[in-house]
Amino acid sequence: MAILVVAAHDGKTVRANVSNAVVAASQMGSDVHVLVAGSNAGEAAKSAAAIAGVAKVLQAEDAAYANWLAEDIAPLVVKLAPNYSHIVMAADSVGKNIAPRVAALLDVAQISEAIQVVSPDTFVRPIYAGNAMATVQSGDKIKVVTIRPTNFKAGAGGGTAAVEQIGGAGAAGLSSFVGAELSKSERPELTSAKIVVSGGRGLASGENFKMLEALADKLGAGLGASRAAVDAGYVPNDYQVGQTGKVVAPDLYIAIGISGAIQHLAGMKDSKTIVAINKDEEAPIFQVADYGIVGDLFQIVPELTAAVEKK
Amino acid sequence: MKVLVAVKRVIDYNVKIRVKADNTGVETANVKMSMNPFDEIAVEEALRMKEKGLATEVIAFSAGPAQCQETIRTALAMGADRGILVQTDAELQPLAVAKLLKAVVDKEQPGLVIVGKQAIDDDSNQTGQMLAALLGWSQGTFANKLHVADGSAEVKREVDGGLENIKIKLPAVITTDLRLNEPRYASLPNIMKAKKKPIEVLAPDALGVDVAPRIKTLKVEEPPKRKAGIKVKTVAELVDKLRNEAGVI
Ligand SMILES: Cc1cc2nc3c(=O)[nH]c(=O)nc-3n(C[C@H](O)[C@H](O)[C@H](O)COP(=O)(O)OP(=O)(O)OC[C@H]3O[C@@H](n4cnc5c(N)ncnc54)[C@H](O)[C@@H]3O)c2cc1C
Ligand SMILES: Cc1cc2nc3c(=O)[nH]c(=O)nc-3n(C[C@H](O)[C@H](O)[C@H](O)COP(=O)(O)OP(=O)(O)OC[C@H]3O[C@@H](n4cnc5c(N)ncnc54)[C@H](O)[C@@H]3O)c2cc1C
Repeated sequence: MAILVVAAHDGKTVRANVSNAVVAASQMGSDVHVLVAGSNAGEAAKSAAAIAGVAKVLQAEDAAYANWLAEDIAPLVVKLAPNYSHIVMAADSVGKNIAPRVAALLDVAQISEAIQVVSPDTFVRPIYAGNAMATVQSGDKIKVVTIRPTNFKAGAGGGTAAVEQIGGAGAAGLSSFVGAELSKSERPELTSAKIVVSGGRGLASGENFKMLEALADKLGAGLGASRAAVDAGYVPNDYQVGQTGKVVAPDLYIAIGISGAIQHLAGMKDSKTIVAINKDEEAPIFQVADYGIVGDLFQIVPELTAAVEKK
Repeated sequence: MKVLVAVKRVIDYNVKIRVKADNTGVETANVKMSMNPFDEIAVEEALRMKEKGLATEVIAFSAGPAQCQETIRTALAMGADRGILVQTDAELQPLAVAKLLKAVVDKEQPGLVIVGKQAIDDDSNQTGQMLAALLGWSQGTFANKLHVADGSAEVKREVDGGLENIKIKLPAVITTDLRLNEPRYASLPNIMKAKKKPIEVLAPDALGVDVAPRIKTLKVEEPPKRKAGIKVKTVAELVDKLRNEAGVI
């Protein structure tokens, strides 16, 4: 039976993590279809069709799908579900919102944040902030799975899948979209950036984050933060890296003024190279850092910014 | 309207997790247990609604072994009015918890259910959304702000790109994110008072819910460890290592 990947998109292209989801899905079975639901989602559907390994794209047009409300999208997925062995979504804020609703409507369990596909019914997923890895087996006939994008490589391009139009299921009338307050940034998106510069409570103010911005811009890096920095209002919520924020795994993660609480480590310890800048040589962040430098960040960061070449 | 909040008993977030030697799970014997931090936020939000006259009664729900009474007592000490424990020693997965919650909702008819966005043990992030699905209700997940008025709620949600505002019909399920509020501590007099507040104990069978797990845990293992790195003395040395050893800049 085929596998359905449910794609989030912005109307023009599907999110980058959809291609990771397609790669994960193709490890569960062979025939991968992608659902692109939206209002004027034609371009996004084409972008899904171009992902290698996609056999077919289903485009569902309905005004109700414009803003990805779970109450409206879930019934559409449920209607399609009987034709599929697996429903797969990336474990981002869209997938986490919709997949459990779909699973419950189908009366099946959901597997959250799979990091490895062992076999079509068996997955590895982190629990306890990544301090334990559980291998779990689903006994349900339809498996609803969210996958952690950083653990699956991105799929290649060059796909030429056909786009099939399917009807929408209409609005459930339970919820409506009012508006968004999105952080504007020219920098690479946190979860897909090759380099991430991240700041914690040690920065002491939002104003001081400008210093990290200068470093990030020179490195072509995305910007992240600890929960403490977000709670203190230094930076917006979408910067939070960790167990209950975003999971990142860049080539280089630079933790600045971050102590390294397990909840923070859960979101970045799969980075290839980790650098820690902290004035406390006992800070737990040094236990996971490849390169640590003990000292005052207010002195080290400007020096580092001056020393690296502009990308 | 009544507000129902879910409070889960989990290993305290400060405890260092140990995987059992036989790989069947994590060590829970003699480990400090607490209320899931996101559920403290849920209780706080419900209490604030009551203080503003938006809620008439706050009911704290938990499912699990007898010791979950302590978690409910914590909610009562914060100010919840009464508790409901669905007592079972069986392993409970999110779908089962959602079904138990639904059975209690059918009985109690709350206007709003508030749960944590995720429990910090199993990290599933499912229960609230599943409950909303089973009830056919709307869902306001990852709430950063909640404003309830006239049969609907405005919810500011924490999403990948920042914040999003939605309007949902009541009754509804809300799941809490970290910035929704700062939960209060229970005062000593309130801890004393909580001892007299009622906790109803129910069995899953009595609610007609089959809690049998759908997912089998085959094994639980330690994650791969990172090998400790080195400390460098100067920025120049750091840049050299990043360029020539790690090759990342
Ligand atoms: C339910 C729950 C969920 C959580 N989820 C997350 C999550 O997703 N992500 C997350 O990050 N946290 C999370 N936390 C919080 C986590 O436990 C820590 O509190 C948080 O990560 C600490 O942030 P920090 O390292 O910035 O602050 P601190 O722990 O206060 O560390 C600040 C560091 O800065 C250093 N410093 C200070 N001044 C300087 C200076 N001038 N130069 C150099 N170094 C300096 C200090 O030595 C210290 O090590 C969660 C907690 C709970 C209970
Ligand atoms: C290897 C392994 C073995 C386990 N063994 C057992 C076992 O033997 N016995 C056992 O009881 N559990 C056991 N568990 C835990 C159990 O699987 C989880 O409680 C369940 O999967 C729910 O996931 P969650 O709490 O992460 O859900 P989430 O969806 O993350 O929870 C979100 C919210 O739902 C509410 N909620 C969830 N569960 C409850 C609850 N029980 N009571 C009140 N509110 C709740 C809370 O508001 C919580 O914040 C085990 C887990 C693992 C990984």
